[in-house]
Amino acid sequence: MASNSETRGSSADYETMMSASDVELLKRAWRNEKAAPEILQYEGALVERAKEQIELVEESVEDYVENGKDPLLVSLYQMDLDRTQFLLRSYLRVRLLKIEKFMFHNLKSEEAERRLSEQERVFATKCADDLAKHFEETVLLKLPENYQSVLKQSQISEVDDMVPQPHLDTFVVCRSNNFVSLNLYEEGESPETVEMERGDLYFIRYKIVKGAIESGQIDLI
Amino acid sequence: MAGQTDPHISLFSPQEVEFMAEDELVEIVPNMNMEQLNFISGDFGRFIPQIPTKVPLWLAVALKRRGKCSFRPPGWMSVDNLTQILEAERESQSTFQALPFSYVEIARLLFDHAHDDIPDKYMVRSLVEDIRDVRLHKLETNLGSFQGTSAVKISNVSAMEVNIVRPFVRRALEAFYKHDKPEADVDRDTRSSRQQREANNEPRRPLRQR
Repeated sequence: MASNSETRGSSADYETMMSASDVELLKRAWRNEKAAPEILQYEGALVERAKEQIELVEESVEDYVENGKDPLLVSLYQMDLDRTQFLLRSYLRVRLLKIEKFMFHNLKSEEAERRLSEQERVFATKCADDLAKHFEETVLLKLPENYQSVLKQSQISEVDDMVPQPHLDTFVVCRSNNFVSLNLYEEGESPETVEMERGDLYFIRYKIVKGAIESGQIDLI
Repeated sequence: MAGQTDPHISLFSPQEVEFMAEDELVEIVPNMNMEQLNFISGDFGRFIPQIPTKVPLWLAVALKRRGKCSFRPPGWMSVDNLTQILEAERESQSTFQALPFSYVEIARLLFDHAHDDIPDKYMVRSLVEDIRDVRLHKLETNLGSFQGTSAVKISNVSAMEVNIVRPFVRRALEAFYKHDKPEADVDRDTRSSRQQREANNEPRRPLRQR
């Protein structure tokens, strides 16, 4: 999960980190997931805690309704419940959408596969198998032998060029939580850096901020 | 889901941007007694008549709609402050004044549900709309001066404004980045074609006046 290891020596940052409620963490995870072009690390512990809290509140709302508690209170609790449920569901749905979009890539790349939860991995494998079978039965087996692979355009392709990959060079809007200095270009090219103060907004290439997002220093907007 | 499949609309729908803004804390003055609320998103209350308390915007709107409280408009929404900000926005061509990140959403919700709690509400509303117009116009004109970089700083732009320009800026910056990587010839070509497009704007103006 996000860990705030590199601060400018301020305990205030640490405190705000510790006191961030689960809902805020879930909101942050949801926002990052929506804005990022590839799938991000699954926040397993956060999702579990959110699910537990939601179930607890669902039960107590039922109790309130049965015991005839003030309907105003009940509706307010229900609203809070709805909001949290929306965050959780939307988070999971965005991830599923990304899995479906880059199905074969996610199973091929080890890095991407590590970021899926157990259930997502099961879903992705089943989905990929079904899709591959469908392609084979309807089209591929009827093509000449060299072109029958789901992953390659033809036998002579060296890489799997039929697999769409997430577009990591896309631009995203981000806000920095701390002072951060990032290398603008790949290694080997001219080393230009961009420095972000806390609270700055930037339009920036996703690849540059990818590591900082994982460590929690930068948020996507 | 907004924007995940279609690159031409924005990633977040306006409702989703408003959803994110609704967690901002605002001050209300309840007119009834209510116990503390232990929500998943936090603990709020107790609610005692005439004692101001801070709650998230969504909760405040819900209570207001049921006639259980009145709003205390946030400090930045005074006529004086907004007039100052509007003048500063009009003066500077390239920088944006510091406004709360969700000022558009907060102002909108307050006007819709709590307009009787805002002093000089018509003045405030027209000021906010003017500020929005000036800032959007500034964003649009600044977009024409982007150069091929990998990072563009946009300070003090608010959530709604970011969401509106995001699709265009993404595609523009991506195109710049793609063309900046190879040699200078290709750059010269894209730059000259850009100039031609700008020149074409001139003849269009007389038509609009009719």
